[in-house]
Amino acid sequence: MINFQAIKVIYHHEMMRAWNTLFQTIASPVLSTSLYFVVFGSAIGSRIEDIGGVSYGAFIVPGLMMLSLLTQSVANASFGIFFPKFSGTVYEIMSAPISSLEILIGFVGAAASKSLIIGIIILITANFFVDIHIMHPFWMATFLILTCISFSLLGFIIGLWATNFEKLQVVPLLVITPLVFLGGTFYSIDMLPPFWQNVSLFNPVLYLVSGFRWSFFEVSDVNVYVSLAMILVFLSVCLGIVWWMFKTGYRLKQ
Amino acid sequence: MQPIISIKNLSKTYDTGHHALKDVNLDIQKGEILALLGPNGAGKTTLISIICGLVAPTGGSVTVDGYDIISDYRETRKRIGLVPQELAIAAFDKVFETVQYSRGLFGKKPDNAYLEQLLSDLSLSDKLTSELRALSGGMKRRVLIAKALSHEPRVLFLDEPTAGVDVELRKDMWKIVNRLREAGVTIILTTHYIEEAEAIADRVGVISGGELLLVDDKNNLMQKLGKKQLLIELKEPAQAIPESLAGYALALSKKGSEIIYTYDITSDGTGITALLQAMAEAGLTMKDLKTSQSSLEDIFVNLVNPQ
Repeated sequence: MINFQAIKVIYHHEMMRAWNTLFQTIASPVLSTSLYFVVFGSAIGSRIEDIGGVSYGAFIVPGLMMLSLLTQSVANASFGIFFPKFSGTVYEIMSAPISSLEILIGFVGAAASKSLIIGIIILITANFFVDIHIMHPFWMATFLILTCISFSLLGFIIGLWATNFEKLQVVPLLVITPLVFLGGTFYSIDMLPPFWQNVSLFNPVLYLVSGFRWSFFEVSDVNVYVSLAMILVFLSVCLGIVWWMFKTGYRLKQ
Repeated sequence: MQPIISIKNLSKTYDTGHHALKDVNLDIQKGEILALLGPNGAGKTTLISIICGLVAPTGGSVTVDGYDIISDYRETRKRIGLVPQELAIAAFDKVFETVQYSRGLFGKKPDNAYLEQLLSDLSLSDKLTSELRALSGGMKRRVLIAKALSHEPRVLFLDEPTAGVDVELRKDMWKIVNRLREAGVTIILTTHYIEEAEAIADRVGVISGGELLLVDDKNNLMQKLGKKQLLIELKEPAQAIPESLAGYALALSKKGSEIIYTYDITSDGTGITALLQAMAEAGLTMKDLKTSQSSLEDIFVNLVNPQ
């Protein structure tokens, strides 16, 4: 029998952390998005031609959303599970009648929900700067949700793996941020020399940004189904790693 | 009667190669208070951690109320509350919220009336909305107890509940334990304070080097405690115990300069007066007298360090 109460309290506890710092939770994505629009959308963007018939300001919206979704998902989920480990309170979760899946749904569900809310806030903020018309809302929602879940899973893995705050920071800083910036967030890979176009194809974030952008404007670097397949592969790999971590009690159980 | 906890051939070897538990067998009866005594690193916490699901055993099995701790973990953990040794708390959570959280984790529906009563019993009524970081060490420990009891467990593990706690709080803690016992909760506590085991336990188990050396009724142990020794220093060393004193449990030590008389303080007469008289008649002159009593601590030390 599923322990719904446990899922509920973990989810609620994690969401309350964001609620208690509501101002930061809302203000920081609003502010950073506004800054990106001022700098890239207006100042620089006004000198850049339309890409695939889409103004540069609008073109970067899906990329900006992805940038925040990825970093926020990883940050929220990794901190969510790392902190109980760090403070020692994880003993309570480990000694409760909860399955690994229920723990995962509680923590990852909350982290993904928070990212989703931030994504929507960014979309609303962006709407003040540029006209946005979403051509495929269903696809857009699918990419949005799948991205939130899979990167929250990645964050959860990092949180389990990390043994100190430095490690908690290192993956987002050294891996995720560069991948996001080099994944076509602010440009189409058509703008790159052929060699770098090919290199970019090894960047998983490219597929996310491309698919997400397609759902807005039908403009993409790679086929939308390839994007969908890539995110599903990424999700499966993360689930596989989490399953292995729980099965072996990695960094949780001696 | 079926024991509430049954531990069979339990062993644990950590990845580091440390053999923390060696073939431990123990049955714990419903409603009893068992104190596990042992020095640091004896394996007490490992034993508790295995039963609670924090550490995976290497061998053997444990059942709680007839359920296996691994295959039926939901059933066993529902019945168990754990108060850990470390003051592990989420610093920014509030007292009432953190107890509600614990209850939910264990799958119980919210019951604020029960939780309010629980917190009141633990003298935390006026701290319901306080952040945990603002509480004193003693208060934090009470919160940990409240969290462990939030889901109404039948078995409570207290891992070093009074380590680093002042005398007053320690006495309070003992009162809490007694109240829980009256409510029918089985309590297993680890401690290295012998007086704590004496004060509240029904049975005492001694663990050292991963082995359960002894489990005995506290009163039996106290009987062993009842033995007292009289040390009689002689003016002139004696070669042997005189024949006329053969009826007493005497031993010679320090090359005949001391006679040791072991007697039972729980019996009607100690026999000291008669002995002293008999000694005078045998021509032994006393220089000094001293009595000593072996404590549970001595028994414990002898068990732990048999050499």
